[in-house]
Formats: sequence, C-alpha cells, structure tokens
Amino acid sequence: MTDVTDKAEAKLDRPLGQKNDPRAAKLSKAANAKLKLTSPGATAAAIIIAVIWTIPTFGLLVSSFRTPDEIRSNGWWNIFVSPSFTLENYADVLTTQGASSANLGSYFVNSIVIAIPAALFPIILATMAAYAFAWIKFKGSGAIFVLIFALQIVPLQMALIPLLQIFSGVLGISGTFPAVWIAHTIFGLPLTIFLMHNFIAEIPGEVIEAARVDGANHTQIFFRIIIPLSLPALASIGIFQFLWVWNDLLVALVFSGGTADVAPLTQRLAELVGNFGRNQERLPAAAFISLVIPLIVFFSLQRYFVRGLLAGSTKG
Amino acid sequence: MRGLAPFWSDLVEKFGLMLIGLAAFAAVVGLILFLADRAPKKGRDFWQLLAFVAPALLLLTVGLIYPAVRTTLLAFFDRTGREFVGFDNFVWMFTQPDILITLGNTLIWVALVPTLSTVIGLAYAIFIDKSKGEKVLKSLVFMPMAISFVGAGIIWRFMYEFREQGFAEQIGLLNQIIVWFGGQPQQFLVNSPFNTFFLIVVMVWIQTGFAMVLLSAAIKGVPVEIIEAARLDGANAWQQFTNVTLPGIRSTLVVVVTTISIATLKVFDIVRSMTGGNFDTSVVANEMYTQAFNRNEFGYGSALAVILFLMVLPIVVYNVRVMRKQKEIR
Repeated sequence: MTDVTDKAEAKLDRPLGQKNDPRAAKLSKAANAKLKLTSPGATAAAIIIAVIWTIPTFGLLVSSFRTPDEIRSNGWWNIFVSPSFTLENYADVLTTQGASSANLGSYFVNSIVIAIPAALFPIILATMAAYAFAWIKFKGSGAIFVLIFALQIVPLQMALIPLLQIFSGVLGISGTFPAVWIAHTIFGLPLTIFLMHNFIAEIPGEVIEAARVDGANHTQIFFRIIIPLSLPALASIGIFQFLWVWNDLLVALVFSGGTADVAPLTQRLAELVGNFGRNQERLPAAAFISLVIPLIVFFSLQRYFVRGLLAGSTKG
Repeated sequence: MRGLAPFWSDLVEKFGLMLIGLAAFAAVVGLILFLADRAPKKGRDFWQLLAFVAPALLLLTVGLIYPAVRTTLLAFFDRTGREFVGFDNFVWMFTQPDILITLGNTLIWVALVPTLSTVIGLAYAIFIDKSKGEKVLKSLVFMPMAISFVGAGIIWRFMYEFREQGFAEQIGLLNQIIVWFGGQPQQFLVNSPFNTFFLIVVMVWIQTGFAMVLLSAAIKGVPVEIIEAARLDGANAWQQFTNVTLPGIRSTLVVVVTTISIATLKVFDIVRSMTGGNFDTSVVANEMYTQAFNRNEFGYGSALAVILFLMVLPIVVYNVRVMRKQKEIR
C-alpha cells in the first residue's frame, strides 16, 4: 500500500510537462563536478536579485518593530543608526477596540473561521466526485468530467453578480460565514476535482477490484481505500486551497458584507491601506499579522506547499 | 486587560459557529453516504453514484454554470437587468476614455508581467543551479508567492512612499535612494502613465518565484549527456543554453507563461489596495468590481466580466492544446 502512495507522490513532485528520467538524475550527480556553469558574474547577479527580492519584506518587518513616531518621521534603514524595538504596534492593531482602531484580532478570527471550512468542504466534495469519475462507470462520465475541467477557465468574476443575487435574494445568507464558505467551495471545486481525479485514477485497479470481490460497496471502498491512499494529495491540495482562501480579497469583498463580524484580514488591510496617511504606523504590524500564517505554512510545509502550488497554479 | 472581554466572547461565538458549520457539513455528507450505503439492492449502484457526484455537480450548476450564463445575458441588459440594450454596454466600453485606458492597461500588464517574471525567473534559476545554498536562495525569491496580494501591496506602498522634498525625510526606500543620488523624489503611484509600471513591478515580484521554481525543476530534467556532448563540440555557455537547455524546457516555459498570463489578466487585489484604480491605473478585473459593486452598474460590470472571459479563453485553449500534444508524445 505504501508503495502505491509513494508512486503517486512521486508524480505529484514532477513539474508540469516534465518526464521523470531516473537515468539523467543519476548521471547528473556524477557529472556534477565537471559541469560548473556558474561563473562569478552569475553568482553576483543571483545575489543581487535575491537581495532586491528580500529587501521590501525585510524593510516592512523592521518597520513593524519601530515606534509610531519613528515610522512616520524616517525610513526603516535608520534602525542601523539608532536601534529601537517595540511591540506597541502589534498590541495596538490586535487588541485596541473602537470604531477607528484596526481591531485586527476580530478579523484574524474571521480569517480562521472562513479558511478552515472553506478548505475542507471543497476537498471532501471533490474527492467524492473524483472517485466517482475515476472508478464508477456510468454514461456521460467522460463528458461531465471534461465540462468540469472546462469550468476552470470561467473567471470567478463571471459568477459574482448572480451568485450574490442568489445569496441575498433566495437564501438570505449574504454577509454571513456560510455565504463565504459556499462561495469558496464552489470556486474551488473545478480545480480540486480535476487534481484529485488525476491522483485517484492512478490508484491501481487491482486494489479496488480486490475490495469489490470481498464484497465492499462504493461507500466502503471510499472510506477504507481511497481516503487513506489519497492523504498526501489531500494535504497538498488542502494546504493550497487554505492559503488561497486566506489570501483572497475579491470573494471576501463581495460575500462577507465587509464588517468585523465576518470579513477576513485581507479586507480590513485593504481598508487600512486605503487611508495610508492615517494608518502608516499600524500597517507594517497589521500586514505581518496577516502574513504570519502563510509564512509559517511556507517555511514548515514547503514541500507540500510547492506541490499544491505547482498543481493548483491555474486556479482563479 | 480592559476591552478584551468582548473579544473573547466574540471568539467563542465565531468558533462555535465554525464548529456548527463543520458538523452540519459532516452530517449532510455522512447522511448522503449512509443512505447510499443502505440503498435497496435494486439500483444501488445508481444511488451510490448519485451520492458521490450530486453534491459537487449541484453546487457547480447553481454557483458557476448558471451564474456564468446569466452574467453573459446581463451583459446585454441595462443596469436594472430588465431592459434589453443589445451591444450598448460594449459600445459604452469602447467609447469611454476611462475604460479604454483600463483595457489598454490590462494589455500592458499581460504583455509585461509574464515576460519579465519568466526572464528573471529563468535567469535566476540558471544562475543558482547547482550552486551552494541553492535552497536558501530559492526560498528567498519564492517567498512572495505565499503572501497575499494585499500584503504585497502594503509592502510596496512603503517602498514607493513619497514625501515632499525639504519638508520631511523620505520613508520610502526608492525615493531615499533617489535623494541620496541627488535626484527629485517621485510620486511613483500618482504620476501616469508610469504608475502602472510600478504596480506591475509588484506582480512581477510575486510571480518570478513561481516561474523560477518550475523552470528550475525543468532545467534539472534536461539530460546531462546532451549538455556534455554540446560542450565537447565546443559550444560556449550561451550556445549550450540556447541550443540545448531552452529546447529542453520549452513545454514548461509555455506552462509558466500561460499560467502567469491568466493570473495577470485577473489581477484585482494589487490595483485595489494600492491605487484603487485611480490615476489611470485601473484594469479590467478592478473596473468590473467598481462598476458592479460600487456603482451598481450590473450591465457594465457583466460586460467587463465577459471581456475578461474572452481575453482568458485563447490562452487557456492554447495551454490545453500544448498539454495534449505533450501527452501524445509520451
């Protein structure tokens, strides 16, 4: 069983449109020493790019630990001349209550309350559908699957207005958590079904045949074979969907109603940055509070993150 | 700790709601599968099939297919959605100077972002290939990919921040560098038309890491014996790159460019959070939101969504065709 998972996992790690050639991999190790293309010039260029790419984030991180007066009066690089450190900004944006305060504590909670169900719902429904498309023979199976694949090209902008009308007119749930969950679930389904199908279809037929012979029906096969074997794929795709929801602004703007009751961090940040002049000292800390979860996921689960990203890059 | 009590009650309430939501979802899915499991022998296969596909298909039909069709129809109606106006919304789009700028900006975005991200990402991937510390160097450039567009917008708002010279010290790094070299500080996000380019920089900053990671994996897949053969034939580094590496990673390049193009066409958050689409920086996705949800012009908004769809369509079709060919070769 683990062998099956390993093989499927190897497939997940392969970049798009690339064949795995074990021979080449072996050879490259041997020929590694001979083929040093990297010249000093290239190394210098690489380091310059790396520095340019890192400085903006680094600067914001430094800013977030400076006092409000310092943030307003001069640039973050002055910290090297006059070092200072405070957590004042973080305390301010997280805990201060009131109409004009950032109040990010509530929005942080909202982000979590939105993102966990909005990541779980679509991958569970998608796994069920993917199993049916891969292993239950029925008329029109191929055509429906192609249709779902094709739905990926519909920009979610196409669905916003009518879906909002359904939520507010028919269901009366506009501006609530369930509205945001359902919207994210719907927009996540085409891609997650497609990706889960790719994975589940690779499970060897003998494994499933054997279970059928033992008298297992579809529900039992689904819980005893499909779910356990798909866990790596579920993790990668789940993480990707979670981050997508966490970082989303558009769906939140349209369906959350925009108040501290439901709206996520991204929405509040967009509001704060809209009045940049007044919120200058709050923004660095506020931005980092919204970045902390994605960055933890990025650095601790990079392997899963990269996989999910490679697989899910066409979403939206 | 004054003022924190409401926060905790709020927190308990919201997490309670989340748990109820999760439980309700589990109950519904569980019930569906349980009923399918217990379905009468006759036609059990059919009921089980239905249980597995119906929830997803129902959601997609109600939430995506129906809305997409309806948006297409709404594009031909006025703002109330009752009066048929033919192509008026599209005529409006192509005669309104603001919207023409928006369409032009979108084209500039889709021309520049994929090109720059791919070129820089590819160069970086080659420079760091097989170098010491490759992993760390990769994470540094790849990291922006994990950040939300709104977060990236804030990061770059600080980079671009402008202070009138002589009145205050610069707090934005770019203007400070200009001042250090004796130049005049610039209002990067206000002065059209170059402000669009400074927004594009943010998107390039995010997407380069994506291009780099995919291309780096592809470069490692190019068989070493071919590179070695080229080297023995006297090819220099540049010739090795153009004649061996580039053809070897062609299909990945196509995927990278098309994927970034699609993401770029739909870009919304960066423009929304950095300029709000003011100062001639709007793009189609942002304008669609403004028209539909800020101005209640559902006809205009729908027409813009349709245009967006039409712009994405050829890229996706091309992408699918390339992937198909790839499969046939295999």
